[in-house]
Amino acid sequence: MLKGRMIQGCRAIAEAVTLCRPKVISAYPITPQTLIVEELASMVAEGELKTEFINVEGEHSAASLVLGASATGVRVFTATSSQGLLYMAEVVFNIAGMRLPVVMINANRSVSAPLNIWTDQQDSMSVRDSGWLQLYAENNQEACDLILQAYKIAEDHRVMLPVMVCVDGFVLPHAFEVVDLPTQEDADAFLPPYQPLYRLDPDDPYTMGAFAEPDKYMETRYMIQRTMEASIPIIEEVASDFKRAFGRPSGGLFEKYRVDDASTVVVALGSMAGTIKDAVDELRNRGESVGVLRLITYRPLPKEALYEALKGAQNIVVMEKALSLGNSAPVATELRSVFHGRPASPRISGFVIGLGGRDVTVDDAKAAIARAQQQLVDMEFIGIRTDLELEGINA
Amino acid sequence: MKITLGTVTRPGGSRVNKTGAWRTAGKPHFLQKNCIGCDLCTLSCPEGCIFGTGQKTYYANEDFCKGCGICANVCPVHDIEMKPEEAEDA
Repeated sequence: MLKGRMIQGCRAIAEAVTLCRPKVISAYPITPQTLIVEELASMVAEGELKTEFINVEGEHSAASLVLGASATGVRVFTATSSQGLLYMAEVVFNIAGMRLPVVMINANRSVSAPLNIWTDQQDSMSVRDSGWLQLYAENNQEACDLILQAYKIAEDHRVMLPVMVCVDGFVLPHAFEVVDLPTQEDADAFLPPYQPLYRLDPDDPYTMGAFAEPDKYMETRYMIQRTMEASIPIIEEVASDFKRAFGRPSGGLFEKYRVDDASTVVVALGSMAGTIKDAVDELRNRGESVGVLRLITYRPLPKEALYEALKGAQNIVVMEKALSLGNSAPVATELRSVFHGRPASPRISGFVIGLGGRDVTVDDAKAAIARAQQQLVDMEFIGIRTDLELEGINA
Repeated sequence: MKITLGTVTRPGGSRVNKTGAWRTAGKPHFLQKNCIGCDLCTLSCPEGCIFGTGQKTYYANEDFCKGCGICANVCPVHDIEMKPEEAEDA
């Protein structure tokens, strides 16, 4: 029997946050994240959640507030999206540099201009270099599981870095799905109370956020980089703890779907992997050797594990809801660097798809796969309309 | 010196954190020849890192000196010379 309840994503995510017992929550509403913090605010108002919920005038303040609260040694939560994440960006870097284990939900949404509230992953990709771990969920069940895991990873004394759990806007928070949430007792057993290494306390003062001159700053970056690398096995360890505790797998570095004997492997992040799996099933039924590797942990990038998982493929087809304007798309670029100069050298093609909430269909996935099987594609857009005049391009 | 996670330190960190690493364009050499003990070098030092208790006793704490050269500039008897770091090492 299927365990769980039919529940809206935003509510499920809010309940998962509640199970982690954050002491301070601060966030500013922005579509499509708003419903999550609205749920949390109403839980606080109803007395279901004992936490300090602090309303602020913008995302820069929300991030600053959770930074300060985390420095006092308590577990904190915030959530944002798109322009909100960009407005937070300065503090996002500070939180990582100060080694504060903040957990944030980013409801992935495109960035302006033009104004567009729908989903893609350009927002979180723009802060990939900030020192936050980034985990991408495919569905609401995984989003909830990753929140519990995110705190456990972030607060591990071998890590002490913030974690961003990325969920595709609307596709997850607004959708109803069956979600199995653990009991508070089981959640507490999995995620013990946060034990800070240092905490702001007037009776035992510390200086936090101090400055570092040229003779020390580089070491602080080196420390984060080394910790990022060292956190890869810790992410796996937390995923196996999770499986042991709740009896089902979730999280980890990536999910392999029909990959092991596949000559063509699609790589994707987030919810569109579900659509791509359908495309893979159709192609498999026609006898094609295709699979999909869904990257869950994008930061740190699990380079060795990716090399091992993909080295048998002839074609790698990266489908991304993000791009680096002026270059190709981030994941394709990074995968190429994983294989550069190594014995296995599959052809790595990159496709940009579904920007600004445009639907990603099974046919789109099949089109990208077919194109990549014909030839190496540096970067192409899937589904660009040919019925429009594009000033300066074809008009 | 230990760099903690998040560069967390105890208050008074500026005593431990030697900012002299910023220094460029050389450091002051107190010649101790013509010094009249006027104390202008100590009073003019923006870092407050020149110390002395009378004629020909002045010196700069190089852990904090930034090499700005103000002391050499204000010395009325030209008893302070700015020299590049390498020159001193040689």
